[in-house]
Amino acid sequence: MLEGLRSQRLLALFCAGLALFNFPLLALWDRDLTVLGLPLFPTALFALWALLIAGLALILEGQDD
Amino acid sequence: MVAAPLVIGVAFAYLLLLFAVASFGDRRAAAGRSVIGNPWVYALSMAVYCSAWTYFGSVGRAASGGVWFLPIYLGPMLAMILAWMLLRKMIRIARAYRITSIADFIASRYGKSQALAGLVTLITMVGLLPYIALQLKGIAVAYALMTQPAGAAAGTAAPWWADSTLYLALALAGFTIVFGARHLDSAERHEGMVAAIAFESVVKLLAFLAVGAFVVWGLFDGLGDLFARAQAVPELARLLGLSQGKAFAYEQWFALTILSGLSVLFLPRQFQVMVVENVDERHLKRAAWAFPLYLLLINLFVLPIALAGLLHFGTGANAEGFVLTLPLAAGQQGLALLAFVGGLSAATGMVIVEAIAVSTMVCNDLVMPLLLRTRRFQAAAGSDLTGFLLAIRRAAIVAILLLGYLYYRLAGEAYALVGIGLISFAAVAQFAPAMLGGMYWKGGTRAGALAGLTAGFAVWLYTLLLPSFAKSGWLSRDFLAHGAFGWELLRPEALLGLKGLDYLTHSLFWSLLANAGLYVAVSLWRAPTARETSQALLFVDVFRRTAATGPVFWRGRARVADLLPLLGRFLGTGRAQALFDDYARRRGAPHRDALPPDAQLVQFVETQLAGAIGSASARVMVASVVEEESLALDDVMRILDEASQIRAYSQRLEQVTAELKQANEQLKSLDRLKDDFMSSVTHELRTPLTSIRALAELMRDDPEMPAEQRQEFIGIVVAETERLSRLVNQVLDMAKIESGHAEWHTEDIDPKALLQQAAQTVRELFRERGAVLELELPAQVPTIRADADRLMQVLLNLLSNAAKFVPAGQGRVRLQLTHDADGLTVAVHDNGPGVPPAQRGLIFEKFRQGGDALNRPQGTGLGLPISRQIVEHFGGRMGLHDDTEQGACFFFTLPWRPKDDGDKR
Repeated sequence: MLEGLRSQRLLALFCAGLALFNFPLLALWDRDLTVLGLPLFPTALFALWALLIAGLALILEGQDD
Repeated sequence: MVAAPLVIGVAFAYLLLLFAVASFGDRRAAAGRSVIGNPWVYALSMAVYCSAWTYFGSVGRAASGGVWFLPIYLGPMLAMILAWMLLRKMIRIARAYRITSIADFIASRYGKSQALAGLVTLITMVGLLPYIALQLKGIAVAYALMTQPAGAAAGTAAPWWADSTLYLALALAGFTIVFGARHLDSAERHEGMVAAIAFESVVKLLAFLAVGAFVVWGLFDGLGDLFARAQAVPELARLLGLSQGKAFAYEQWFALTILSGLSVLFLPRQFQVMVVENVDERHLKRAAWAFPLYLLLINLFVLPIALAGLLHFGTGANAEGFVLTLPLAAGQQGLALLAFVGGLSAATGMVIVEAIAVSTMVCNDLVMPLLLRTRRFQAAAGSDLTGFLLAIRRAAIVAILLLGYLYYRLAGEAYALVGIGLISFAAVAQFAPAMLGGMYWKGGTRAGALAGLTAGFAVWLYTLLLPSFAKSGWLSRDFLAHGAFGWELLRPEALLGLKGLDYLTHSLFWSLLANAGLYVAVSLWRAPTARETSQALLFVDVFRRTAATGPVFWRGRARVADLLPLLGRFLGTGRAQALFDDYARRRGAPHRDALPPDAQLVQFVETQLAGAIGSASARVMVASVVEEESLALDDVMRILDEASQIRAYSQRLEQVTAELKQANEQLKSLDRLKDDFMSSVTHELRTPLTSIRALAELMRDDPEMPAEQRQEFIGIVVAETERLSRLVNQVLDMAKIESGHAEWHTEDIDPKALLQQAAQTVRELFRERGAVLELELPAQVPTIRADADRLMQVLLNLLSNAAKFVPAGQGRVRLQLTHDADGLTVAVHDNGPGVPPAQRGLIFEKFRQGGDALNRPQGTGLGLPISRQIVEHFGGRMGLHDDTEQGACFFFTLPWRPKDDGDKR
């Protein structure tokens, strides 16, 4: 499962996602702030989500190792 | 509200469109131009994950819990990061062993166990039938919201014969039968169905986005305005935070993420579209990120719609209907209809795929094993069973949908139906230990998987399903409050007194603990049997072996005459014969009857059969027509060992073969070169010999020949003889240099003196041709170590060539000597016709003379090749400047120190 660079990158991204979407890192965003008129917490969740998708696309669509 | 006939009309028109899309997909597949063979369609088909529970339910969850609707989608996001490893392995295994359902996958891994297949099917049925009922209910509620005046009590159900939901269920059964069980396919692939599902995914996404955009920009002045107004209401403002005033239940958040992550991998409908219907595993590369992107998009407007609904209708309203009621309240009937169709597509997509997946399981893993045990069925051996199999599948599909409808009618508004979404997910999560353990751990056994699944299912039943019945009033509430038999320790939502977890996390924890714990413990209790080991090896190491080269764990005696009819019974005789013929071609057998009835053939038949009736039943059927020896664990290990040795041998053999082939090619080309050389030499020898012989015969036959003519002829004979001996000398010379036997007298020479001497030698030749030879020599040139005679040979060759090619009477040849730090360069530049570009590479080859065959000057064709060999011997190189404007410019270089000079001393 860990042979090849791509698999290792994916596993690292998975760990990063698991950490970002759970306590306590998730609690960091829970503030009464707004970004461009949008409440910070839901906006941050979607932004992190989009970032993970971008990372995943980058790893998977890149050159075969 | 919208008129009921209009809603029904739109719904059935949509279903007709779905039929059209599916039959288009099937027609294209039949024509060999698959519409689903592309990663985007694959990703869209994965989005069958978003059912009506998502479409309507997410807004409901968001209205009561804010961002708590999100973990259901973050789990799949995380699971998809691992899809390239996990899912690809599942696809590879399923493809290699013709696995068509998750029950078959687990059963096959643990020694093709019928008991396991049956258990998995049972868990699926119990866990997912209510989920199908929920989809039907979702459509029914949506229909009611659309057709009843705002504020009327929803769900006043009509009698069953007048209930449009029943007809919808039947229509879906029809669709599923037509596109999911029309004919028996040993790969269990349904292109038309997948095309329709992908289409449905587009519809539901567009519908939801349209409603979201309308709500945000139509009803409000953009997202900023909507959020600002929500934040002004304290009850709504708390929905935008994480904890909503309470301590953040992070364990529940984590549990939901894990739960949905496991579900997206192991839900039967996901297994169907992601693994069974996968066209090419490389599609995963794109689909693995496109599918989470789809989930993100469909969730983008969930929170805004929930907030807008709460702002508009007040906090007591039915939030699950906001997608429909908001456009209706704004008088946007068309948009409401679109939203309704979106919900319809979410529900129907889920129901169709689930029905196909579950019917395959029911047919292969519940009905077949029972039938195989009955006497009457065995008595009917020999008859064609394909029609019978299809009938079972179709009956199963109708039964599943009718049972779903029945459950919906019985449960109605009960909690047991409303809360089933996550309860179903928790049932499916029970497959995780057996699946993941089976793919990555060779030690898992059938007994372990059985124990784990049974325990997990039992705990799930006790801590999740029964409490939901109790909450619906179908069981005494005492059961919830005081536990079974009044034992406090057995309270289903606080088992063994475990408190502080919500009911879902609590159940998930206990069920997965019992499941994984027993799976590992019982597996470790005793060593795996031979059959378990062999399947474990095939599954865990699937990337290291392919089905074609892998070991076959079977020993015994079989006959083609038994195997072919067996396959024919379940796949149809024609199809079975075609498969055998195809297999015979691949094995290199002239005819299917000539196939060696060996282990590989038995494996082939069993795999094909597994696609039709499941691996466990296939095993039983094959065992009934062949004589097999039971394998011990040692045998399995030995077969594995032999297989890997054979693989190593065959790799070595391939390598050696490639080397031999290369050497042979080299020899052949050398041989060809030698032949060419021989034929050129004999050709060159024959020309002078012919003229000598002709002249000699003339003189012999004519004694009266005048003396001066005789004298002239003798002169020609002498000249030709000289040419002959020159040719023979050059051939010998060439051979000596090439074989390394030539003698070299290396000494210090003055290149300037050598050039002047050469010019002196050819002076007479140039004068005859009327050509001028110019020398361009530097004042001082260092000496060089070389063989003076050989260098002279090179110079004379170049100069005489130049003299031959310059125009008669006005030739100009320049002999140039230059030198630098590395060595010296000698160039001979003439004003002749030059060498055509096409011949520049050839003139240094033996017997290739410049000019055309008719008017080329006399020569042997060996001069330039020999010169080049000599120059190269001293470490220099010889060539032809190809940038001269007029004439040809041959040059050669010589380094001051020949590279092998040191060796010679």
